[in-house]
Amino acid sequence: MIRRRFAPCLIAWAMGTAAVAQARPVSDPLEPLNRSVFAFNDALDRGVLEPVAQGYVRWVHPGVRQLAGNVFANFAEPWTGVNNLLQGKPVEALGDFARFAINTFLCFGGLGDLAADLGLPRHSEDLGQTLGVWGVPAGPYLVLPLLGPSSARDAVGTLGGIAADPVRQIHSEGDRTAVSILRVVDTRASLLPLDRLIEGAALDRYTFVRNAYLQRRNNLVYDGDPPEPPEPAGPRGSGD
Amino acid sequence: MTVTRPNRLNRRGPVDPETNPMVISINHSEAPLLAAALGPLISAIRALSRWCANHAVLAVIFALLGGFGAHAAAQTPPDKFIEAVSNKALDRIKKDPTIQSGDTERVLRFVDEEIMPHVNFERMTALAVGRAWRQATAAQQRELIEQFRLLLVRTYSGALAQAVDKSIRLRPLRGDPKAAEVLVRSELVGSRGDPIQIDYRLERVGEAWKIYDVNVLGIWIVQTYRDQFGQEVSARGVDGLIAGLKDRNAKAASGAKR
Repeated sequence: MIRRRFAPCLIAWAMGTAAVAQARPVSDPLEPLNRSVFAFNDALDRGVLEPVAQGYVRWVHPGVRQLAGNVFANFAEPWTGVNNLLQGKPVEALGDFARFAINTFLCFGGLGDLAADLGLPRHSEDLGQTLGVWGVPAGPYLVLPLLGPSSARDAVGTLGGIAADPVRQIHSEGDRTAVSILRVVDTRASLLPLDRLIEGAALDRYTFVRNAYLQRRNNLVYDGDPPEPPEPAGPRGSGD
Repeated sequence: MTVTRPNRLNRRGPVDPETNPMVISINHSEAPLLAAALGPLISAIRALSRWCANHAVLAVIFALLGGFGAHAAAQTPPDKFIEAVSNKALDRIKKDPTIQSGDTERVLRFVDEEIMPHVNFERMTALAVGRAWRQATAAQQRELIEQFRLLLVRTYSGALAQAVDKSIRLRPLRGDPKAAEVLVRSELVGSRGDPIQIDYRLERVGEAWKIYDVNVLGIWIVQTYRDQFGQEVSARGVDGLIAGLKDRNAKAASGAKR
């Protein structure tokens, strides 16, 4: 089964290398719409999510937050493994499944990260990256309501990720909602330092976030090693 | 010279006449004979040293040439250069709590002393500004460089504290290390958390390397500012961009005091 998937993956990957490398200029045909969604998300964030996340950081002990973060990261391991498999990286996939098994059974549902100490590093893979590896170009930049920066490709990936979310397996609706909310708060809290950075660094936050997001995703698709790094074109010190 | 010689002997321990032939030979009865024998030699040495003093400039030039020659033969590979600069900077951050606390004045000084000598910041700014750079006057360019530098230092000064427990690990060098421009890839690793990818674009400047772009987690500084700067320039011109940067820095400065 792996081998049958492997070959088309490689072909797609080879084609994708060219496709992604060409998709360099920022594609944002929906900019006016995106900007209004960005403003909406921003308002909602400043009104609700950011204060809640700040409260979480202030009132909850760092150790407890660390444990919660570990558990949520552990939730994501099997999906990471599946995606590594889909990307033709069976060794990494095996590592992800081993991580999930070790941390779930030896660290009480993933409270700790014993697997990392055993030399199994955490990977960051999702369906959007898998599609990228297969050669699907990022497509136009999108800002999704509530979910934030994305692209056509990553939006599809996000849908897949939601469908495969283990939290959906929790039977009681109350528990499911509680866990989901806690996870959102945890994620938002982990982004608070970044927030301050963007606040200080950006001349235009929309453009800053868009650019950073697209670069980051391209970097992730190539596991930190994009083939043709976006070279600032032009002769020395003369810009374009 | 004659004064330092006995000192050097003394430093090695008490002089033992039995084992040290030099001490034995300087004997009262033999002294005039010795002086007669050494006289011409000493005056020759004096003449030589006088000549050397007169030609000191020449000597310095020769020494420098020799030094450069040796340097060119064994230029630091680009990744080793990054490793050395990073280690030095990390050491200083670890030793200086005021840098860790993000004290802007101290961070600015730290950056000026440890980072900036290795950065071609003019090129970095020019690349970020893009097409408009050539249309800018020299004064505007200077202003852009200064404001962009302030913006980056202020922005990233807070992140320096997180480097305390980190060390640098080079990733394999891709491409030709002898090329004029090289990509060096590295990561910051610590006891906790995932490694942080940091890559550098370097240019060869004579015998040294200069950084002209940096990425953190795959996000290049130049690339990130290019669209924003372009946007600002097309809306408000180069002066508009300078004003925008100044405004940002002023806000950041007042925010830091808060």
